[in-house]
Amino acid sequence: MLGEGIIKGMAETARNFLGSYVSDERLTTVQYPEERIPQIENARQFPFLLYDGDDWHAGMRCVACQICEKECPPKCIYIEKSKDKKPDYTGKAQFYPAKFDIDISVCMSCQICVEVCPFDAIKMDTEYELSTTDRFGGLLINKQKLSRSNSHFRQIHPTDAAEVDMRLAAEKAKAEAKAKAAAAPKPAPPAPVAAPIGA
Amino acid sequence: MSDTFDQIFVSLKHWLLGYLPVWSQPVISCLLSIAVIIVAFATLFAITTWLERKGLARIQNRYGPNRAGIPLTNISLFGLGQPAADGIKALTKEDIVPFAADKLVHFFAPVVLVIPVLLSYAVLPIGRNMVAVDMDAGLLFFFAVGAATELSVFMAGWSSRNKYALLGAMRAIAQMVSYEIPLILSSVSVIMMVGSLSTVKIVEAQSTYHGLLPDWFVFTPWGFAGFILFMISALAESNRSPFDLPEGESEIVAGYFIEYSGFKFALFFLAEYLGMFAISGLGITLFLGGWHAPFAWLTWIPSWAWFFIKLVTLVLILIWIRGTVPRLRMDQLMNFAWKFMLPMALLNLVGVAIWHFMTPGLPRWLVGFALVVGPYLLLGRGLMAGKNLAKRTYRFAE
Repeated sequence: MLGEGIIKGMAETARNFLGSYVSDERLTTVQYPEERIPQIENARQFPFLLYDGDDWHAGMRCVACQICEKECPPKCIYIEKSKDKKPDYTGKAQFYPAKFDIDISVCMSCQICVEVCPFDAIKMDTEYELSTTDRFGGLLINKQKLSRSNSHFRQIHPTDAAEVDMRLAAEKAKAEAKAKAAAAPKPAPPAPVAAPIGA
Repeated sequence: MSDTFDQIFVSLKHWLLGYLPVWSQPVISCLLSIAVIIVAFATLFAITTWLERKGLARIQNRYGPNRAGIPLTNISLFGLGQPAADGIKALTKEDIVPFAADKLVHFFAPVVLVIPVLLSYAVLPIGRNMVAVDMDAGLLFFFAVGAATELSVFMAGWSSRNKYALLGAMRAIAQMVSYEIPLILSSVSVIMMVGSLSTVKIVEAQSTYHGLLPDWFVFTPWGFAGFILFMISALAESNRSPFDLPEGESEIVAGYFIEYSGFKFALFFLAEYLGMFAISGLGITLFLGGWHAPFAWLTWIPSWAWFFIKLVTLVLILIWIRGTVPRLRMDQLMNFAWKFMLPMALLNLVGVAIWHFMTPGLPRWLVGFALVVGPYLLLGRGLMAGKNLAKRTYRFAE
């Protein structure tokens, strides 16, 4: 009969209307500033720079190789290489970025910079409350503001961080072993088979 | 006591006019009525936008607006501050006129839309002795003025120089012209019964009580059918869901008012809601006994309160319908208008004539009932014939 479906539909919407006042389970909306959903582990917003230890400048992993700058599709990264060098986590002297700016109004959160970085120096952050009243300076983030400690990384992406830490520790151990081997007195060269004539 | 309360606005107006010189009284009297109508219905509009957003949200298991309340405090009052916030937003927004638009027509369209809508309130009796103008041809005036809104809708669509606006305007014209006919034909049934076009006389004709029920026209077979037909056409006339094709957000963005922003957009919004109240008010006047109380023992509640209670109830039902029914397609809209609404309205007129000439009693009820249900079933079958109305199955999805 004509109109049957409309009556059924009206009954359904009425049930929803009244039900939303009775059971809280129906209301799926999260009242954002007061309550929030925990983020999933692979959530990603904008990149940050990792540093080891406590001093952000001394521990900065970035060596200013500029691969991320070149790979960035919207070109939101700007790097200036330093003139001098500082030791990295293995103790090897490396360049460091004199300037490292990311314009997050341009960044499209593609994570390509993270994937190309050979030094595990840039990772994605989960911070999303980045609104600012200054749309130019407020969204252009310099290297100090980009720096986050490794413990922060461990906190937001535990699985990823554990893997990176393990790899770096292995590399460091290898480097140390190598350094130790290099520093140790070299074993005496094999004795010459025959003394030079006239010795 | 109840009588003074019932007539409080009327006596207030007379008291105010008593202080004025005689020559200015007619003009001031008109202006007072106009001011009251504008203030009352604009307030109702503000409340309705909030009610609608809340109602639709609850239908969709959401909260709806629940933040805006009293400014600078944490009191949110279930989001009742939302209409004020929306109003301030509309007033302070930039008014953009497209470069290619016909500037003059573009400017006048929203104004021309609001004026006829407000004019139609002139003949609505919103309480005992509370009608701005008691015209002998009040109903005719209402429909004549109501038809003028089509002009401004097309003005808006045409002057915007936007394909979506024009498409929306064309749809609006087609829809409004088609549904004007069942709208008027369904109200003709009341005119036939009362024998007058005056809205005040129509309300008077429904003033008696018959046993438990009042003598409202909606409680007769033809009146019930007429009321349903009237409200369906009213939905189409006020461009509300499921007849919101002229706006069709998912297809033509916003239809004829796509190129309007700021307060001009707010005027369109206002006119749409005021039009909805006006036509619902006419539905109340014609079929739901106007400002009369539904039961004799409830007459102590003032008449104007009854009118607004009925109006808010109708508006809530319209919101409920909006939350339920999806938008029609253009061909479905036209089929429904010409193959169902029009014959049904015409057959209803026959029903009224027979009801009018039969003596009251059970046979009259049976005949009246048969004359409504029979055509409804047959026309409904005709409308659904040859259509596969089973649940839709998808070949590739799922």
